Amino acid sequence: MIPLSWYLIVAALLFSIGLYGVMARRNAVAILMSVELMLNAVNINLVAFWRYTAPDRPVGLTWAVFVLTVAAAEAAVGLALIISVYRRRDSVIAEDLDSLKN
Amino acid sequence: MVEQIVFLIISAFTLTMAVIVVTKRNLFHAALALMASFLGVAGLYVTLDAGFLAAAQLLVYIGAISILVIFAIMMTRRLMQTSEPAFNTQAGFALLTAVIGFGVVFWVFYVFRNIWPLVPDTAVPLASKPVVPQEVLQNSVALMGRAFVNPAGYVLPFEIASVLLLAALVGAIIVAWPKAEDKA
Repeated sequence: MIPLSWYLIVAALLFSIGLYGVMARRNAVAILMSVELMLNAVNINLVAFWRYTAPDRPVGLTWAVFVLTVAAAEAAVGLALIISVYRRRDSVIAEDLDSLKN
Repeated sequence: MVEQIVFLIISAFTLTMAVIVVTKRNLFHAALALMASFLGVAGLYVTLDAGFLAAAQLLVYIGAISILVIFAIMMTRRLMQTSEPAFNTQAGFALLTAVIGFGVVFWVFYVFRNIWPLVPDTAVPLASKPVVPQEVLQNSVALMGRAFVNPAGYVLPFEIASVLLLAALVGAIIVAWPKAEDKA
């Protein structure tokens, strides 16, 4: 007896927490971790809608797997970028990476 | 009733760990909390009868992505324990934006509470998990696998995802490869 909206509210809370982390943290690795939280929130929504509205057609599950794939690719490239930036500039603070500013 | 208690415990655990991820100054502790949060999300998948996705979550998120994050934290370790502030100057506005964003979503749920009820109510279809035969749920993984290789289904996104993974793999190696002059 769990309403669909409970899952959606949990996902919205998780997304909001991740959004706050993306906007407020200074360390680039912390920003990437917050993005992963947001992607997880999206996946909870997809699976919840699959189970409640179309359990016989696995559309939500399929797209959840695609989100998982993209999250893995994004994490690999993002962390490679962070390590490369750290090597060149000795910093992973997002505010210090301002070479495009002027 | 048991179902609701289990759901609330898993949700509270997931959200608490997520809050620790975004607030903890020590990044290594934040990464451990991130793994716990992923575990909670896998538990939510189990309550939604998506066992395959829960297993994939354990393998991909906890087994691969968290380990990558921990590696990145260790390779940039020197900056982890400095006394620099963990948040930038716009943290207050960020909190306000996140709270307003959640408030808008919750307001939408409140407005549509006749379709998406906020409390358990047997009269409305979406107020409780629809009862479906066990075979349908067990068959969903097989259906998903067939949809991935079906030209009328998702074969194109499936192939593009494989190309994306290859591009990410090559791109990550090239971006992180040390330049010749760096070694000297």
